[in-house]
Amino acid sequence: MAKKTYRQAINEAIAQEMRRDHRVIVMGEDNAGGAGAPGESDAWGGVLGVTKGLQPEFGPDRVLDTPISESAFIGAAAGAAATGLRPVAELMFVDFMGVCFDQIFNQAAKFRYMFGGKAVTPLVVRTMYGAGLRAASQHSQCLYPIFTHIPGLKVVLPSTPYEAKGLMIQAIRDDDPVIFFEHKALYDETGDVPDESYTIPFGEANLTREGGDVTIVAFGRMVGFANQAADELKREGIGVTVIDPRTTSPLDTETILDSVGETGRLVVVDEAHPRCSMAADIARLVAEEAFGALKSPIRTITPPHTPVPFSPALEDLYIPSAVHIRDVARSLVKA
Amino acid sequence: MSDVMPLVMPKWGLSMEEGTLTAWLVAEGDDIAKGQEVAEIETTKIANVLESPRPGHVRRLVAKVGDTLPVGALLAVLAPASVPEVDIDAFVAGFVAAAPAQEGEAAAIAEARFEHAGRPIAYKLAGAGQEGDPAVLVHGFGGDSDNWLFNIEALAAGRPVYAIDLPGHGHSTKQLDRGDIDEMASAVLALLDEAGLGRVHLVGHSLGAAVALETLARAPGRVASFAGLAPAGLAETVNADFINAFVAAEKRRDVKAALQHLFADPNLVSPAMIEGVQKYKRLEGAREALAAIAATSLPAGRQARLYRDLVAEARRPMLVIWGRNDAVLDPAAAEGLPDSVEVLRLDDVGHMPHMEAAAAVNEALARHFSKVGG
Repeated sequence: MAKKTYRQAINEAIAQEMRRDHRVIVMGEDNAGGAGAPGESDAWGGVLGVTKGLQPEFGPDRVLDTPISESAFIGAAAGAAATGLRPVAELMFVDFMGVCFDQIFNQAAKFRYMFGGKAVTPLVVRTMYGAGLRAASQHSQCLYPIFTHIPGLKVVLPSTPYEAKGLMIQAIRDDDPVIFFEHKALYDETGDVPDESYTIPFGEANLTREGGDVTIVAFGRMVGFANQAADELKREGIGVTVIDPRTTSPLDTETILDSVGETGRLVVVDEAHPRCSMAADIARLVAEEAFGALKSPIRTITPPHTPVPFSPALEDLYIPSAVHIRDVARSLVKA
Repeated sequence: MSDVMPLVMPKWGLSMEEGTLTAWLVAEGDDIAKGQEVAEIETTKIANVLESPRPGHVRRLVAKVGDTLPVGALLAVLAPASVPEVDIDAFVAGFVAAAPAQEGEAAAIAEARFEHAGRPIAYKLAGAGQEGDPAVLVHGFGGDSDNWLFNIEALAAGRPVYAIDLPGHGHSTKQLDRGDIDEMASAVLALLDEAGLGRVHLVGHSLGAAVALETLARAPGRVASFAGLAPAGLAETVNADFINAFVAAEKRRDVKAALQHLFADPNLVSPAMIEGVQKYKRLEGAREALAAIAATSLPAGRQARLYRDLVAEARRPMLVIWGRNDAVLDPAAAEGLPDSVEVLRLDDVGHMPHMEAAAAVNEALARHFSKVGG
């Protein structure tokens, strides 16, 4: 099977859906780039090149560069979705989403509810998140818990190139607004990705490792770190199940509860800040629904409750590591 | 030192780079026979049992349970009791793992695709350029050419081996006209034409055996021998509950439960195997293709086509291999075949003998192929 990067997988998913369905359009800041500058068309393909090549194939009517005015173009995308198109809008860094919260929270997320199910909003908002690129505190956050909090939004965090393609195609075909989180540090990761079209259903967790002693639930980039920790612990004789929920909304609570029912131990790894995070949410879930199965306290692994540091040394310490995950998981079993 | 022999981490299939030792089945001081089960090894694809490639006396278990080691790494040392301990120490210290598969070796299995009636058919090829009559491996319902991961390289010693992805499966087209055995046999014949194969050994598993028999019926001059592993086409019955559960399963838990019917030892169903089936079923058109094949080839829980007379009168080497614990196709179907058909029954093996007892199956197939000149 063909090896592709996370970036290529997302590009291929969008291109295949654009070929399949003429209603799919792409819009965002520099999604093509070089508009109005002769000889410079398709100069960018988004700030990290994910949409490169789409404008030459699908033309400027379907791949639109927008002004630097997030509330205008996200609002336009929500309106286009409500009136028959299937837009894939890119809001560069999730850190900038604040300027268009109203369009997302009060408009796109509410249409289906407000109109009694008669309106659908097949909108995908692509956005980059995550630390590790020395991009400082306004370009490195993991704000997916904020979107998970809002009923009416679906929130997707692909952890590998395979997940990225299948989840993106699912997102485009979904009739509700989907916030699609792409981790900047994963764009050059490679993996087996089928050339054919495929979809991965939302709300269906993946078990990337299976073992009987401890359950690790991890999100996005943290899944790979959790896998490394699990592989090391396996050599020590500790069996680890790693769960990648793939989507935070909807959330596959059943798989998490079943696994904790078997292992009796839970570690949640979340790159978002600790307060009101997915780590806190899943700890709450298991404490409420599976307390009787627990053999040890629930442990959460998150960065500290601070902005992402610009200092490289501090940023490296800030991000949860495979070693830290391994040590915490081991401490639960050996306690 | 020539009496001192290593037992090394095996290479089960193209993608295997390392394996984890999960149990020793022998102890230091044991005398073991060739083919005896000596260790349990888990890879990302499957857990399986390592059978000793040679008889010997176990002097040293070098690898520890839980160790994850690269292919070719030293697991144990076999040597007569007369060899001094110091020589065993020296052997362990001086052992250099055979170089793991490099690109040249990886290229030994090629993946290819061709168009048949305007639709893609994918296949794998090992042992290209070898002299012997080629073997063509045909997987069963819901499978693909990866089902042969423990066989394709072993069988390619001495002959080219082709493993097809039948229409509706693997990376072949998911668009089907009818999904019946005729349509699938046409794809096998198209592969023979595409690859320019004059005369081949056909090996089919389960529904793939019925496809191979249909191929034999249509082109008898091109078939040197036939081997059916847990073959369809010999009796009407099939475990319809399994077929229905396999077609319907989407969630991980349901896929796992369905797959566990395939093996005598349900622990052989690994997370990667479950994920592999889920990945296949997510491909556009795959679920519809499976449903179509089940409806036409296995209608109302019965096998649509029987080839008992053809098997009995084929006048060429015919081999049937069946696990006694097969929960999908009843091994009783092999009873009453004429003596011209060799029947090999395997204890503690389910519906996937080529995975669950790969060494025995590979050996039987090699012997079976050698009955024909090429």
